Amino acid sequence: MTTKMKEVDAVIVGLGWTGGILAKELAEAGLKVVALERGTMRSTDKDYAVPIVRDELRFVVRHDLMQNTARDTLTIRNNPSQEALPMRRLGSFLPGEVVGGSGVHWSGHTWRWTDMEFRVRTLYEERYGKNFIPTDMTIQDWGITYAELEPYYDKFEYTAAVSGKAGNIRGQIQPGGNPFEAPREREYPLPALTPILASEMFTAAANNNGYHPFPRPAANASRAYTNPDGSKFGGCQYCGYCQRFGCEANAKGSPHITVIPIAMRNPNFELRTHAWVTKVLKDSDGKRVTGVTYTNVLNGEEFEQPAGMVLLCAYAINNVHLMLLSGIGQPYDPVAQTGVIGKSYCYQTGAGATLFFEGRHFNPFMNAGGSNTTIDDFNINWDFDRGPHGFVGGYNIGAGFNTALPIGYRPVPSGTPQWGKAWKAATAKWYQTAMNINASGSVMANRYNYYDLDPTYRNAFGQPLMRMTFDYKANEHKMGQHAAQVINDIAKSMNPTRLNQATARTQPWTVVPYQSTHNTGGTIMGTNPRDSALNKYLQSWDCHNLFAVGANVFAHNASYNPTGPVGALAYWTADAIKNRYVKNPGPLVPA
Amino acid sequence: MRDQNFGRRDFLKGAVAGSVAAANLPQSAQAQQAPAAPATPGYSFLNLDEAAFVEALVDHMVPADELSPKGTELGINIYIDRALAGGWGKGERLYMQGPWKLGVPSQGYQLPLTPAQLYRAGIEATNTHCRKAYGKPFDRLDEQQREEVLAGLSTGKVSFDSGLPVRVFWTTVYQTVMEGMFSDPIYGGNRNKAGWRLIGFPGAIAVHRENVEKFRDKKFPADPISIADMS
Ligand SMILES: Cc1cc2nc3c(=O)[nH]c(=O)nc-3n(C[C@H](O)[C@H](O)[C@H](O)COP(=O)(O)OP(=O)(O)OC[C@H]3O[C@@H](n4cnc5c(N)ncnc54)[C@H](O)[C@@H]3O)c2cc1C
Repeated sequence: MTTKMKEVDAVIVGLGWTGGILAKELAEAGLKVVALERGTMRSTDKDYAVPIVRDELRFVVRHDLMQNTARDTLTIRNNPSQEALPMRRLGSFLPGEVVGGSGVHWSGHTWRWTDMEFRVRTLYEERYGKNFIPTDMTIQDWGITYAELEPYYDKFEYTAAVSGKAGNIRGQIQPGGNPFEAPREREYPLPALTPILASEMFTAAANNNGYHPFPRPAANASRAYTNPDGSKFGGCQYCGYCQRFGCEANAKGSPHITVIPIAMRNPNFELRTHAWVTKVLKDSDGKRVTGVTYTNVLNGEEFEQPAGMVLLCAYAINNVHLMLLSGIGQPYDPVAQTGVIGKSYCYQTGAGATLFFEGRHFNPFMNAGGSNTTIDDFNINWDFDRGPHGFVGGYNIGAGFNTALPIGYRPVPSGTPQWGKAWKAATAKWYQTAMNINASGSVMANRYNYYDLDPTYRNAFGQPLMRMTFDYKANEHKMGQHAAQVINDIAKSMNPTRLNQATARTQPWTVVPYQSTHNTGGTIMGTNPRDSALNKYLQSWDCHNLFAVGANVFAHNASYNPTGPVGALAYWTADAIKNRYVKNPGPLVPA
Repeated sequence: MRDQNFGRRDFLKGAVAGSVAAANLPQSAQAQQAPAAPATPGYSFLNLDEAAFVEALVDHMVPADELSPKGTELGINIYIDRALAGGWGKGERLYMQGPWKLGVPSQGYQLPLTPAQLYRAGIEATNTHCRKAYGKPFDRLDEQQREEVLAGLSTGKVSFDSGLPVRVFWTTVYQTVMEGMFSDPIYGGNRNKAGWRLIGFPGAIAVHRENVEKFRDKKFPADPISIADMS
């Protein structure tokens, strides 16, 4: 039996970064809002406090704050001819599962994606001609511009306490910042983090090689800060436990210390935790949604929450899963190349080198999540000519440390034995004397990288798991080769005692080990309902009172971490709903 | 085997001293020379054969020298026993619905076994291999033979007659040994923070805001702090 709850104006599915932003904004606009979050409430003082939060085994290895794969997971395969099998435990990516979502335990690297992404097809076709883009590369323009998003990036950066150095303020290049970035209206809210040895050495080497290093922008408050909403941050303690941990200093820009508590103080807002949403309900003609069903995971009871609007904020992967489970929009078919739900799943690629310097002390346990110096010379630099290298997209290269804890991080020169006295001696010798240079590369949409529902495996609610079909293509292999070469050249110019060289990733994508929680696409935004699931306001082309917010809307994946545009787009969507949609409910863009 | 009033090693010392009970002991246990025995461990998952295997394994992988005590003195065997006895070992968070297929390596873990079951089956299979190759279980092999076995497991040169995939067993073993050496001591390993001392990791220390400049390119004088030290 399903208990029907009282109708509200808007139901939010998932209360992480995007859900938190929408909850606050819509409740402040006077809408009655209910958020349904499958995870539990956790707070800084009780759950992320020292010493219990300083536990690598619990938080990094055993995934304390992450999705429980016993209950729901994906099936995975590299190509459509393989049989997909369930991801039986987490590995390559780590969807969160607490109030605050992955915003609790992200590292905070916060980027502005530019028109290099949003106008990708137009730009490459104009410069290199249509034939430069492989026929199976299904990249398309996103239907939005950087100029439209700029104020929303700004809003997210000021909310999340981003520390950084501007490179381009209203067209003026700023010394010390990223000269390739798109123009911003003003500086970051906080100065860049204190550099660590690895990033300083990389800065010097990058300069010597003619590149343009800059401090990576990160939502790690470089000093105490109060954001425009009045949320208070402590200064980052460089504790070395950032990625996968809640921050005990309240120095990490996280929804559970910013937008969520503000929403919770608003009488228009109600949060229900342990509420697992299983389906979005459609009305009889399929043109609108009427609410959602959810299960109280504490006792298995089922509820229906009717709502005037449904906002999917359940993380990129889960948003697509819910759309497929609910039969909203036409599922993507890679053979016929019809349909849009599930289309253009993308991930990221990379390459990395480890450099060993006898006598140096890198102290890899002292860092902020964003302690990193980066170059974008091969990323959003349009002067870098991809023509001779034959790839679309780009990569950034960075050096620094982020959560280099000893179960997971014990660098040794290649060829070192894996156990015994020689292993121990090498581990002791090199732990403090190594640094890494890593590239993170974009992945372009491909016809055969997509999601659909798995025919065999089910989750704890008896629903089909979502099936992920993904592999790197020749484009990414070529980019990886280029990146590895550049990294190795920089590394050699630094004269390390020993060097584990970077190599291009050419093996199939694998579900272990951890790579990044930067999954994108599946319900992409775009200019028309034939090519995309959502319009530029993240509104479903099929059901105008359904919005799906998160990296699921990205039409391809850039080299950057996703949350800058994820947060900006959440604010952008909130504005469209508040200022336009509630006054005149209907499609915000004519189909 | 549950914790008992007398330790297994005490019992064995008596047994080796001439009791008829020795005849009933597993071969592996008879071989124990009762060296400078660390504190009685008390196992909650591992049986006698398994405990002997794990002790021999961690002492081989982490031998004593001037850098650190050996694996059992670090409590890595205890860490492993507790991990296998606990939620992780029982397959908490593991998606355990069939159908079961091995798939390709890029699809990750696909066995119908909890980590504890995997460990158990893997130890048995390794000991079967050792008996076949050397006439004795792993814990009774000499150092050179142990080295050969681990090399075989880690490179996949050894294969198990039981059908258990060697690669999966080895990956799990290796990961748990590292966890036992480098996780916080509250989990039973990394005793006296000796794993952290080996590399100069300061542990759960709370603040480095000042240190990040003060110790840039300088050795940080780390006397590691654990969760228990701060509780
Ligand atoms: C270890 C780690 C490090 C990261 N570092 C960075 C970084 O440095 N920079 C960056 O840009 N990004 C980073 N990310 C990614 C970043 O965390 C996400 O982009 C961001 O949190 C996405 O916001 P979201 O609102 O889409 O999802 P989330 O913040 O994850 O929130 C989704 C919420 O929905 C809930 N939910 C899911 N399904 C359901 C359901 N069916 N019913 C009810 N509730 C549901 C979840 O429990 C969760 O709380 C990192 C992620 C991880 C895991």
